[in-house]
This record gives sequence, C-alpha cells and structure tokens, in this order.
Amino acid sequence: MKKLSARRRHPLAAVVVLLLALAATGGLYAAFAPASTAQADETAQSLAIEEGKKLYTVGCASCHGTGGQGTSDGPSLVGVGSAAVDFQVGTGRMPAQQPGAQVPRKKNIYTQAQIDQLAAYIASLGAGPITPTEKQYSVEGADVAKGGELFRNNCAQCHNFTGEGGALTKGKYAPSLDGVSEKHIYEAMQTGPQNMPAFPDTTMPEKEKKDIIAYIKAVNGEETPTPGGFALGGLGPVSEGLFGWIFGLGSLIAVAVWVAAHTAKAKKS
Amino acid sequence: MSSQEISEESLPSEQDTAHGKAVAESPFANPGLPPHKPRIQDIDERAAKRSERTVALLFTISMLATVGFIASFVIFPVDKIVYVWPLGHVSATNLSLGLTLGIALFCIGAGAVHWARTLMSDAEVADDRHPIEAAPELKAKVMADFAQGAQESALGRRKLIRTTMFGALAMVPLSGLVLLRELGPMPEKKLFHTSWAKGKQLINMNTMQPLRPEDVAVGSLTFAMPEGLSEEDHDFNNKIAKDALMIVRIQPADIKDKRELEWSYDGIVAFSKICTHVGCPISLYEQQTHHVLCPCHQSTFDLSDGARVIFGPAGHALPQLRIGVNGKGNLEALGDFAEPVGPAFWERG
Amino acid sequence: MSTANDTKRKAPAGERVADWADGRLGIYTLAKSNMRKIFPDHWSFMLGEICLYSFLIIILTGVYLTLFFHPSMNEVVYHGSYVPMQGVRMTEAYASTLDISFDVRGGLLIRQIHHWAAVIFLAGMFVHMMRVFFTGAFRKPREINWLFGFLLFVLGMFTGFTGYSLPDDLLSGTGVRFTQGAILSMPIVGTYLSMFIFGGEFPGHDMVARFYSIHILLLPGIMLGLVVAHLILVFYHKHTQFAGPGRTNKNVVGMPFMPVYMAKAGGFFFLVFGVIAAIAGMFTINPVWALGPYRPDHVSTGAQPDWYMGFAEGLVRAMPGWEITVWGHTFVLGVLLPLVLFGVMLAAIAAYPFIESWITGDKREHHILDRPRNAPTRTALGVAWITGYMIMLIGGGNDIVATYFHLSINAVTWFVRIFFFVGPVLAFIITKRICLGLQRRDRDKVLHGRETGIIKRLPHGEFVEVHEPLSQAHLHALTAHEQYAPAEIGPTVDENGVERKPTAKEKLRSKLSKGYYGEGNQIPKATVEEYKEISAGHGHH
Repeated sequence: MKKLSARRRHPLAAVVVLLLALAATGGLYAAFAPASTAQADETAQSLAIEEGKKLYTVGCASCHGTGGQGTSDGPSLVGVGSAAVDFQVGTGRMPAQQPGAQVPRKKNIYTQAQIDQLAAYIASLGAGPITPTEKQYSVEGADVAKGGELFRNNCAQCHNFTGEGGALTKGKYAPSLDGVSEKHIYEAMQTGPQNMPAFPDTTMPEKEKKDIIAYIKAVNGEETPTPGGFALGGLGPVSEGLFGWIFGLGSLIAVAVWVAAHTAKAKKS
Repeated sequence: MSSQEISEESLPSEQDTAHGKAVAESPFANPGLPPHKPRIQDIDERAAKRSERTVALLFTISMLATVGFIASFVIFPVDKIVYVWPLGHVSATNLSLGLTLGIALFCIGAGAVHWARTLMSDAEVADDRHPIEAAPELKAKVMADFAQGAQESALGRRKLIRTTMFGALAMVPLSGLVLLRELGPMPEKKLFHTSWAKGKQLINMNTMQPLRPEDVAVGSLTFAMPEGLSEEDHDFNNKIAKDALMIVRIQPADIKDKRELEWSYDGIVAFSKICTHVGCPISLYEQQTHHVLCPCHQSTFDLSDGARVIFGPAGHALPQLRIGVNGKGNLEALGDFAEPVGPAFWERG
Repeated sequence: MSTANDTKRKAPAGERVADWADGRLGIYTLAKSNMRKIFPDHWSFMLGEICLYSFLIIILTGVYLTLFFHPSMNEVVYHGSYVPMQGVRMTEAYASTLDISFDVRGGLLIRQIHHWAAVIFLAGMFVHMMRVFFTGAFRKPREINWLFGFLLFVLGMFTGFTGYSLPDDLLSGTGVRFTQGAILSMPIVGTYLSMFIFGGEFPGHDMVARFYSIHILLLPGIMLGLVVAHLILVFYHKHTQFAGPGRTNKNVVGMPFMPVYMAKAGGFFFLVFGVIAAIAGMFTINPVWALGPYRPDHVSTGAQPDWYMGFAEGLVRAMPGWEITVWGHTFVLGVLLPLVLFGVMLAAIAAYPFIESWITGDKREHHILDRPRNAPTRTALGVAWITGYMIMLIGGGNDIVATYFHLSINAVTWFVRIFFFVGPVLAFIITKRICLGLQRRDRDKVLHGRETGIIKRLPHGEFVEVHEPLSQAHLHALTAHEQYAPAEIGPTVDENGVERKPTAKEKLRSKLSKGYYGEGNQIPKATVEEYKEISAGHGHH
C-alpha cells in the first residue's frame, strides 16, 4: 500500500490508471453484453416449450393470423411456400423476437421435423416455392467460376465479394453468408426473404443457383484457403488500413522507441 | 513584406539562451550538458562481452533465417496450403518466406542497434549551428556579380532579344500540349447514347436468353443487357458500362410515379444499373421498400417513385428504359434512354 | 576515431580507393562536415525514417513486381492455378496479378510487402507530419522542407491510388470508375479530360497502361527527387531538438553520424523491412483473387479506397446530392464541392507555416522544438484539422461502421455530416483547454516542485504533501520556451502627425495574434523573480 501511494504521483501513474480504466470498461462490457442475448434465447425457448405442439398457433399465429392470412404485425403466409418456412424457421429468423429494421438470424429452436410440419401446413394454404431436395442444392458438378461471375453480378453488391455481408438503408443489412447451409442459401435465392429480392428459377435456373452456392462454399467455406495469411475479416481496405495503422505503424513506432531510448546507465541516479 | 510592420516588442527576448553568463546564477539557466555517465558495458568488461555475444547471436540468427528462406523456397510447392492457428489456411510459401525474411532482416537491424546502444560511445556531443543567411559582405559580393552578369548579357538594353526570347520560350511547350490531343477522342455525343434502341430485346444476363414478362416475378431482381451484345466483344466493357439494366417488378398499384407506370410493362420496370452519382453499378435492391442503394456512396433511389433520389450524394433520378413486349412475347426496349445514363457532366443539361 | 585509424592501418587498400574517389569527387571535403554530423535521439525523430525506409522497400519490391506484371487490358481467359477463376474472362493485368499471387514462388509475399509498405508509408508520413507540426519544426528555416514533405504526402496518395488500380480487379476498378465520375463533374473540361485520360469512353483499353507509367515512372521519379532534396535539407539545416540541458538554439546535441547514427539508422532500415516482411507473411492485403476481375456492371458492397483516400471518399459520401442546371449546363456540386474541399484541406497544410510566421512576424531561425502545450492555438488548430479528417475517414467507411456496430447507415452519414463541422470546433476548444491546463501545471511544477505523494505531518498537526524541488536541468527545460506578446496594430499616427487608418490586413493580423498569444490564450511562464520569491519565502510547499 505504501509503495502504491508513493508511486501515485509518478509521471506515468496517469497512463497506468488510464490503462486500468480501459481494461475495466472492456471487461465490464464483455461480462454484460453476452448475458442479455443468452437471456433472450432462454425466454424464447421456454415459451416454445410451454406452448407445446400446436406449433403454428403458438409460435406464428400471433403475428401472421390464425389462418396465416396475415395481420398488421406480420405478412400473409398464403402462397409463400414451404421453402420460405424452411428458411425462416430453419435459420431462426422466425419466430421473430421483436420488430425492428430487420429480423436477425438466431438460434433455431425447432427440430427439422417440426419445421417440416410447419412448412407442410403453410404450403397447404397456397402454392409457393417448395423446399428444395438435396439433389437441387448439392454443389456436385457445379461450375465454380461461372458461379463466381453470377455471384458478382447478382449477389456481391449486397453480400460483399466473399459473402461477408454489408449495410443496406436505415439499419437493414445483407447478412454474412458465413456458415449458412447450402439449402438455406438456395431457399433464400428462391424466396427472397425480408428485403432480399428473389431470384426465381424463371430468371435464374437451378443449375445457376448451384454454381453460386459452389462459389460461396469455395471462397467462404471453413476450409477456404487465405494464401496471403490472416484475412482480417475479408472487408477490404477499411480493416487493412486499421491494421496497417495500429499494428503496422504501431509496432514500428515501438521499435523506434527502443532504437532511440538511452541505454540504462550503470548506476541509477 | 511585413518586416516593417512588426513591432519588435511582440517578439520574446532571447534572455534564456543569449545572455549566457550574465544570468548564469538564474535558477532557470541552461546548466549545460550533464556529465556523461557510464553504462554497465563501459565499466564492466563482462557485460560488454555479453552485449557482443548478443549482437553476434542476432547476426547468426539472421544467417540461419536466410538459410531457412532458401530452404522454404526450395521445399514448399507454390500451391501448398497449411493450417496455422490463428492465421487460418495459409500458403506455406508465403508464410515461411515472409517469416524467415522478416527474421533475417529484423535480426540484422536488432544486432546493429544493440551494438550501437551498448558498445558504441553514448557520450552526447554538441555541434554548433551557423546561421543560414549569408553575411552582408557575401551578399553584397553576390549581388554585384549578378549585376555585372546581367549588365554583360545586355538583356536589359536589347529589348528585342528579350521579347522574342520570352515569346519563343512561352510558345514551345504548346507543341507538347498539342501532342496530348491524341490521348483520346472528342466527347461529341458519346455520353448521350447507349446501345438500347427500339425493338432490342432484353437479354437476361444469367441465362443469356430473352426475358419474358411472365419470368419476372414481383419482388425479384434481374439484370439485363441489349440483344446483340456479347461478352466476347472487344468493346463489351465500354458498352455494358452504359447499357446495364436492372429489372424489377412492382405491383402496378404501388407505382407512385405516373411516367414510370406508363413506361413499365405490367409493373415490370427497367432502370439503368449505373448510378447517376459517379457511375457505380447500383443494385442493392430492397424488395419490400423498393429502395435501391449504391454501395459506393450510399445514394438511395426509390424505384416505386420514378427512381428519385431519397438519400445520398446523387443529383438526379436513375434513367428509366421504356419497355414493351414484342410479337414473340419477349420484353423489348421501346427506344434508347431518354437522358444520358451514369454520372452527370457539364454538357448534360 | 580509433576505429578509423585501425581501418587505415589494416586496410590501406580502402584508403587508396578513398583517395582515388577523393581526387574525382572530393569525398574528403564532403565527409569532413558530415561524417561526424550530430543527430539528436528521440523516437519521434525516427518517424521520417519509417517513411524513408518503407519508400525504399516499395521501390525494391515494385521493381520485382514489374518483372511479372503485364500492364495490358487485352482480354484473356484465365487458366492459371486459382480454381474459382478458371475460365473467367479478364484483362491481362488481372491475370498476371493472379499469376504473381499463385504461380510465382514468393510473388505473393512481394506483392503483400509492396502493398503493406505503401499503407505504412502513407500512415508514417501522416504521423511524421503531425510530429513536425505539433512541435513547430516547420518554422524558419524549414518551411521549404515542410513543403517538400507535403508534396511527398500528396504524391504518395496519388501514387498509391494509381498502383492500387493496376490489377484491374473489381474493387480498384470501382475506385477508377469513381475517379472518372469525379472528372466528369468538372465544369467545361470534364468530358474532354475523361475521354483523353481513358482514351475514349470508360473504361476503354488504355487505363492500366497509362496508370502504369504514371505509377512506376512519373510519380515515383518526382518523389525520389523530393526525398533526396528533403534529406539534403535535413542534413543542411541539422536536426531540431527539444529544449534541455546543454541544448540551445545555436547547437545540436546528440550522437555522431558515424558510427552511432549510422548503425542505428541503418539498423532501423532492416528493422522496418523485417517487420513489414513478417506482416506480409502473416496477414493478407488486397486479396485480388477474391475480388474478381473488373466489369463496369459488377460491384461489391464495402467498396472503399485504401485508407489515405478514405478522407476524400468520406467527403463524397457525406455530401448532399446538389446538382444545378443553368443555361443547359450542369454543375455537379455533389461531386465537385467535396473535391474542392479536399484540395482546400490539403492546401491548408501547405500554407500553415507561412500563415503562422506572418502572424508572429518572427524572422529568426528556430531549432528548439515547441512542446505542443506551449503553442496552444497551433496545437488546437492541428487537432481540429485531424478531427475533421478522422470524421471523414469514418464517413469513408460508413457502411462498414454501420454493419459492424449495428447502426443505420443513414444515421452514420448524418453523424458525419454534423460532426464534420461540430467536431473540429469542440476539438479546438478542448485541446486548447488541455494545453493551458498543462501549461499551468508546468508553471506550478517550476514554482513549487514536483508532488511526491508523500504526506508529512507538521508539528502542529497539519498534513502537507512534500514537494520535491526540480533540478536546474528540469527547470530550464520547463521554462526554455519563448512566449510571444500579441502583435499590436502599429502607431496610428505617422511621423508627420497625420492620422492613418490601420489596414484590414493589419487588423486581421493583430486579431489573429491575440488569438494565439493574447491573454487567456497562453499562461505566462514562471519568472525567475517569482521562483526566487517563493523558494525564499516558504521553502517547500
């Protein structure tokens, strides 16, 4: 304690305090931030468990109406097809937690069997895009390079070169395609969820969708090589500039401080 | 020019440095260079030896790293990918060459600096500065020389020489300027036209087939180019830079702009894909709001309202292409764009 | 000295070579004044070296890249080893960049060193300029060198931009498209310039080849000349130094060029090169293969220029879409005004030393650096400029900011629009306050000594903190700075007794001078009298 108080007027004391304060703020943020998300998930989950099997009435009807005809809180589901249900529920977007600029992807709380039941019910309300079979979306035999050209023409403008996502107007965004399954990508193109435009088979045939998926998996897969080293998020010049400033120039300045510093003297005065 | 205006009192006196001995007893006076204090290496030969060994070690590591560089160059095939935590799946060549080269260079530097810091003299030395301005005598001499030179050249008296020389020197760069004319053609009306013309079918750029109205669903997004254009064409890029078309379908009841509705076909509208701000291909279409956003500078256009600008730096709406359906049931253009596509320019009007 | 003698004895051959060279180049005369030239040691004096060395690294790696790069816009179908591009049509420029990245061993490393060094070069110049600005090192006799440095920064930006555009990938092509749109916005000459620069309509087939000769020849050639001139002037002026014991305006204190500075500066080159090489080995920069070849109808979100152009990008993004048509002619203000503002903000850097010397009217040489706090108005102006710059840098990346902080892009843009004006004003006020506060603290320190944090109880029960008086060296360092008095408007009555009106220029100068040095804009430093009175009066406290 004595040592501490003796040093508190040290010229570097302010720096140390600042560092401690920054660390504390960061720590507090880290401690609190994820907690709230976890809580939210729990509520949603417990809700679903409570409500039991009548999935639609319980999970969807409050917004989409008892017959799927839609209310002021949610659009009509007549004719959206099973593919839309499989995408929305399968990616955890539906049931939505709260209104906002955009319904985010979150943990899916239904089993695939439950999703299929839901999808069958919605599909019975009116014809629409049907959940694709594995044969449709599997990337076997797809043309990756052609997929790349299609991706750059149709998708990259919102989802970025390699599917890292990007901003849209007023808080909306094109989500990152990291780890999105082939089936869900296929369904998204087919149905045009939320503000994403649809790319129906009439203007973008199945084969081309496969090519696109193959390209996404080639440049944004788990195993995708980044030959140049750590990819810095794949965001282009913004992250590169930040890195160059903070890490690049930062380490060079640190080296400069060492080069210019006086060597320790034999006896400390 | 302002030297006459300066009131000298506004300048601080140089008391602190100039008076020197006169204020030597001042507690703020410059005490002069402190006596040099030795480093451990200066008084302890063992410490100096340690420093020497460290420097030598650094230089040796550098040599080893260079050997490593050459070895990596020989060993790894250029396409070898390895997983290295936390970098990811990276090129073995790039990583090994980068690190070995980095270490080889860094250690040379570190060795040299450590040598300088611990073994070379660290006594601070003062070096005098001398005023940069020439002494008055020197200046007078130069001015006299110049005056003599100028007088001997007779440039002042022989006005004819002076005038014609200036004229010749001023004119000769014009030749260079004229040569630059060959850099490119005149703009003429090039920016006012695209390849679109009456009767040209809209080709779906995904399938390269003509678009049919029933193919275009509400809420979908399709890109089209005029028939007759091919990616293999030599000037394809120049053409597509103006021709690129964005096709969406909106419920006719939702279209607010009268002309837009008139120029559409059953709710199918065709707008230029080229932003009117600086020409980025704008196509971030939100199918529920009918807004389209430019990824470059965030100009936002409302496709349900004549593509007018609702946000951002673009100065005017996206040009619309008037479309219809031909005998084969395919979508076709009913003419060129009514206005120049892409960024605005002086002659645009 | 002894080393020099040793070499003489051991290697007379070296001496003979030197004699030979001296007979032709006069190297002994040159060495006389330079071999033991004194350079002061301070980490911030090495920022310029970071720039110099990264510039050298860029030239070295750039020469290597030219051996493999094909500056051509001829279209080819790619058949190299990067699978996702096989069969795609692209220009030779892009294809050869892919080849450098995938088929030339070490090519990717050199490309990445080249690009990382460029990013660091520009960042280094920015920080180096900040150092020179905030310490007042631009003052007489160094104004011309400040201009050289400024030109290097501006040319560096454009060299970077032209180089960035060479691979003809989708991202850089988008940047070129922006440039073309900006050129088009210029009144009268816009369309002509665009046609001439691109050899016809955008993108044409000439851009890469033309940018190539600008990037590898024209601009670096000018820059190399400026770098040499910059260094010659640094040698000629001798380096500035901070105030301290033994350091005066008439000397320079430090270590001799040979051997200490030679070893340190030479070593630092290797350190810089080593760090950049290691970064290039571990971190991707500009993965052109992921971006795809440029096509004027393709684009990706997150389209940004390299950081040094981000400020211009921000200005363009934040600008409202003003466009006026008068008599059949269009003024594209939405693009033109940001470009003009970009030029004005850069020109302000170039002009500053001349403005300040006009305000102070000081014609003397300055070799002792200011501590930023001792020039509060200058420091505050600098921080205000940087704040505006940084806000526009954020504006240039508003989409990335919006995505990663879950904000609305419109809100971010509005924030940028407002804070581009408000931010610098706030920054000015806050910085000035901080500077004045620090000046007050220095004054207290001089007069009362350093607070030790040790509490002492006096016999009568009072607690006091023990203040430790400063050493003379420390006292000198804290009081060495010069303080100007505000310039008054000269006599309003001339020698003939005729009253004259002060000119607007004089009034302006006097006003500005008050803003710099008037009451409340600097804290009078402690005087010897004050110090003596206090130290004689009540000892420590």
